[in-house]
Amino acid sequence: MIDQLQRIGRGTLDRLAATGRSGQMLLQSLFVPPAPKEMLPLLIKQLHFVGVLSLVIIFVSGLFIGMVLGLQGYTILVDYGSEQAVGQMVALSLVRELAPVVTALLFAGRAGSAVTAEIGLMKATEQLASYEMIGVDPMRRIIAPRLWAGFISLPLLTMIFAVVGIWGGSLVAVDWLGIYSGSFWANMQASVDFSTDVLNGIVKSLVFGFVVIWIAVFQGYDAVPTSEGISKATTRTVVYSSLAVLGLDFILTAMMFGEI
Amino acid sequence: MSNPDSQTHIEVRNLNFSRSGRPIFRDLSLSVERGKITAIMGPSGTGKTTLLKLIGGQLQPDSGQILLDDLDVHKLNRKWLFHLRARMGMLFQSGALFTDMSVFENVAFPLRVHTDLDDELVRDLVLMKLNAVGLRGAAELMPSELSGGMARRAALARAIALDPDILMYDEPFAGQDPIAMGVLIKLIRQLNQALGHTSIIVSHDINETLSIADYVYLIADGALLTQGTPDELVNQEDPQVRQFLHGEADGPVPFHFPAPDLATQLLGGGQ
Repeated sequence: MIDQLQRIGRGTLDRLAATGRSGQMLLQSLFVPPAPKEMLPLLIKQLHFVGVLSLVIIFVSGLFIGMVLGLQGYTILVDYGSEQAVGQMVALSLVRELAPVVTALLFAGRAGSAVTAEIGLMKATEQLASYEMIGVDPMRRIIAPRLWAGFISLPLLTMIFAVVGIWGGSLVAVDWLGIYSGSFWANMQASVDFSTDVLNGIVKSLVFGFVVIWIAVFQGYDAVPTSEGISKATTRTVVYSSLAVLGLDFILTAMMFGEI
Repeated sequence: MSNPDSQTHIEVRNLNFSRSGRPIFRDLSLSVERGKITAIMGPSGTGKTTLLKLIGGQLQPDSGQILLDDLDVHKLNRKWLFHLRARMGMLFQSGALFTDMSVFENVAFPLRVHTDLDDELVRDLVLMKLNAVGLRGAAELMPSELSGGMARRAALARAIALDPDILMYDEPFAGQDPIAMGVLIKLIRQLNQALGHTSIIVSHDINETLSIADYVYLIADGALLTQGTPDELVNQEDPQVRQFLHGEADGPVPFHFPAPDLATQLLGGGQ
């Protein structure tokens, strides 16, 4: 009994300490004097790594999810004779929910895990210590560019996901199932509101981007520098990010659309 | 602030450090002379690498001081600590080359960060440093293309890029073949003589280290076991010193990790 209490206590203390360390890391890496000449090339490289290289998976997933939405929507709506509303259903589900959430989950799996593993390996091979000993702050050199790159990339990827998804939906609904394209697009245009739907979706993706990349970077930086430690850190990144995204999605949705 | 005339370059005073509740150093005091090669030796797990990290200010001691030219490393703020580190070079056990840069870029990195030299001059300096370690021809290779010995030499070239006052070597001979080991011994000695910096070698490779060290500290169980010149150490009668220097399997440092009596354990069942 006492042992169990002790374990719970130690676990809680460890988690609190880790949260403190992650906050400290965030402050140390974000609030640094700007040095565009030094930072810009590093940021561009990371944007390529976490953003551009995630494009294929985002594109393909967006396309298939849009196509499935179009097909499912059609089979349900056709019973009520309202198959013209497929465009509206596809666009709203994508812009409000699926694009931010699925992109964030895919991003955590593709880019988040890679960032954790990379930083964890840099720690294990003493590269981070080496930066410190050369007199270069790894927070600025390694952590900050990755944080900013994730924060910038995810909203952009989310937008691409939504656009490709809508295109996928139109491919199925209009080109395959023969819904009149005029009503498909007009319904969509009439029902999707820029500020309540599109902007809220972007706000979600900004929050998810921040949380996912923060978790990824911190797990790498705080990893036990052994192969087992890095593998655990990578797993934690994907699990914690996914849970955080799904939990935050509910909270944000309640805040944004709760009063309806 | 600093006193370059003093013979003592680095002084460790009453250092106490523990990790996860386990004491690593207990009241450790030692001093490193300017321009000399000082070796810190001891069995694995005695915290030799930790001591280098404490000197470099990467870890904070529980109590005690580490003075570099009378400057307390752990009282400096982050900015000054990074300034101070620019005067230190460290050769990590793994080499710790930046894997996303070529050998040339690795060596050029400290120069680009800490100086305003133009590209032409940086290039010349890097080639000179690489020439000193015999790797001028490998400048364009990536770290993954180097052998272990070459990686360590490239890392050494990077460590001396800014002509530091202090050069710290963490297990420089570990896992090296005899030729690479010979090359490293020669390089450490030559660089020390040519550049006149203070060198600290942390190692448990006895013969190699004793062959180049001017002074040796032997650490065991978190405290200083003995100290002296290599000759003085070899002639010591202390059984623990002899066991370490002669590589005897059993002695004051037991062969067996603490465990209950074998017969009791075998007959008693359980673990």
